[in-house]
Amino acid sequence: MNDQRIQEKLSILADAAKYDVSCSSSGGKRKNEGKGLGNAEGMGICHSYTEDGRCVSLLKILLTNHCIFDCAYCVSRRSNDVKRAAFTVDEVVDLTMNFYRRNYIEGLFLSSGIFSSPDYTMERLVRIVKKLRTEHRFNGYIHVKAIPGASEELIQEAGLYADRLSVNIELPSEMALQNLAPEKNYEEILTPMAQIRDGIIQNKEEKALFKKVPQFATAGQSTQLIVGASQENDLQIINLSDSLYKGYGLKRVYYSGYIPITDDARLPQVTQPPLIREHRLYQTDWLMRFYGFQADEILDPAHPFLDLEIDPKLAWALRNRHVFPVDVNVADYEMILRIPGVGARSAKRIVAARRFGPLNLDHLHKFGVVLKRAKFFLTCRGQALEKRDYDEQTIRRQILFGAGSVRSALVTQQLDLFAQAS
Amino acid sequence: MAVSRFSASASPATGTPAARRPVPQLTNQPLDYAYDGTFEGLLTVLFAVYDRKAAPNSIQPLGAVQGGLFAQPVEISTDEATAARVWKGLLQYMDKDARTRLFHTFLSEQPDRELIIFRYADLSMRAGRDISEHYADDNVRRVQRLAQQMYREKHRMEAFVRFEKTQDGLFHATIEPDFDVLPLIAAHFTKRYADQRWLIYDRRRHYGLYYDLHRTDIVQFDADTTPQRSTAVSATVLDEREPLFQVLWQAYFDHVNIPERKNLKLHRRHMPLRYWKYLSEKQPRVQPFQPIQNKRPVQPGGPALGATSAETQ
Repeated sequence: MNDQRIQEKLSILADAAKYDVSCSSSGGKRKNEGKGLGNAEGMGICHSYTEDGRCVSLLKILLTNHCIFDCAYCVSRRSNDVKRAAFTVDEVVDLTMNFYRRNYIEGLFLSSGIFSSPDYTMERLVRIVKKLRTEHRFNGYIHVKAIPGASEELIQEAGLYADRLSVNIELPSEMALQNLAPEKNYEEILTPMAQIRDGIIQNKEEKALFKKVPQFATAGQSTQLIVGASQENDLQIINLSDSLYKGYGLKRVYYSGYIPITDDARLPQVTQPPLIREHRLYQTDWLMRFYGFQADEILDPAHPFLDLEIDPKLAWALRNRHVFPVDVNVADYEMILRIPGVGARSAKRIVAARRFGPLNLDHLHKFGVVLKRAKFFLTCRGQALEKRDYDEQTIRRQILFGAGSVRSALVTQQLDLFAQAS
Repeated sequence: MAVSRFSASASPATGTPAARRPVPQLTNQPLDYAYDGTFEGLLTVLFAVYDRKAAPNSIQPLGAVQGGLFAQPVEISTDEATAARVWKGLLQYMDKDARTRLFHTFLSEQPDRELIIFRYADLSMRAGRDISEHYADDNVRRVQRLAQQMYREKHRMEAFVRFEKTQDGLFHATIEPDFDVLPLIAAHFTKRYADQRWLIYDRRRHYGLYYDLHRTDIVQFDADTTPQRSTAVSATVLDEREPLFQVLWQAYFDHVNIPERKNLKLHRRHMPLRYWKYLSEKQPRVQPFQPIQNKRPVQPGGPALGATSAETQ
């Protein structure tokens, strides 16, 4: 193997894969039995962090960036003027094994541009993961992209070796897809997604009946939506995520703020990726998955965009003043979780600790509650830190600009940009 | 020497708890205790406290005892059998997780760790129920916090260990963790790297873990044979492909970064500066980073810049 050439290939094919934001390596159930190499149990490990602050958990590469498609948002699109490269099956196996042995990574995230045909591409991906699992007894985490349009049998086979399968939707509406990725369609994306969902369900049922059943994508499936490359509002995006979680049983939906990578006239001419918007979408995603919020509580047709200045939980609380203040010594966990400034950890602590005796505001502070925000919305045994009854705008101003307000550098920086532009 | 004797996985089996005896009141004059600095030693001290009905003013390792004007510390000699009895007896008052947190508190190397452990154990015994969620109590929260910090450091070491392969096939890594976490990470690395020999050396505490394909042991090193370079293995004994994989890892690290999203503050929060010394991806590059010239940066209103000729393989 030519060392110089391998380094060049790795550089090109990692660079082309980096816009896929998923890096999770959690939720696997693969043990290291019989003294092979590696395991993928429970929570994943971030082995490093890039200078943009993102986690590096997996060797995330494309098999090749040659592609027969011409999707406008994609750096590897056919018409783009880029360096192309392709790994051989053995090169990917060798890299994965050697990176893993040095504790650089949790496993492999393998995707690919589509060359020749979807089946031809998918067949190569399957060959790699099969070789890792069977010949090299590799039990680390493997995430494989299901290539849209590949045959059912190949995706089924990939699921037997991979911990997670995913299909990226990328564009949050069929119309945007037609415009920016004319060779793709929603049906081709949703079909493998449904197939993976059914494979996982069937696998669970078989496990309940039989002792020895081959595993199928035990860490579930995920997808990615690009934010800001097309015209959808946040309501459309959140509704799409909601239906993916509920209808397709997805473990994660990732949001990727669109980064200008082409000068295609069909795309908006932006110079900065919409990082705050992406951040607010993730916060909303968390509210739906861990805080018991319904999608339609957060946004509705009259308010189709998330507030960039304040987080969606605070925004909800300001619109629903009638349910506050909440008394933390008696309220249900679900209600305590809805107080701005109280996270899941603090809420759990409050509910556990009050069994030993009544709590006061000092306790809450020590539990990690952010009183700057929470003080407008809670009481302790009738005692409130903020006695005056403010209106929505005043609370908003106090939290944003009042004493002790700390706005994340991200928000300040990007909102300042907006102010300059207008 | 067995590893992780006191970790959750290695806890001895316990039968049904015996009927609880009332906890003695500590009515005698408080004492200053000294012990040998081992966890067994501390457990023996706990026994002595109730045996002598004398609360501790202080509990300190022998070398560190500060001679007060009047205080003459009582030296408690470690007794393995007593320690085992106390360790088992703690389960009458707390579950295994809570007991493990006390061991983690010990490993945290905090100057007042012994008193924190005593206070927690004493409060548990007198409360008559599990106090691990009594977060309003400062001492309980302190134990939770230390256990959390230990867990974080353990998790970081599981992430930041970087093995180098030597010519004889040993995978070697050096670390300098904030706390004494080697006993906590042994199980993880033993499970994961079952088919390769490896050694993880804690340079600050001068000992290491060595796995020989069968079992993992604690190994001691003499201070003067400890290599001084950040990489503990000299380049001449490295496997011939080792430098290649370090360069490839650096190249990978550089190319997964998205410069448009640069956020060094976040980068450092996740990967604090003090760990960089042993991270191969944070070492100086042999060749400077060269971005892939495959994008035409957007120039609003102007022609595309930076376009390069297409190169196919």
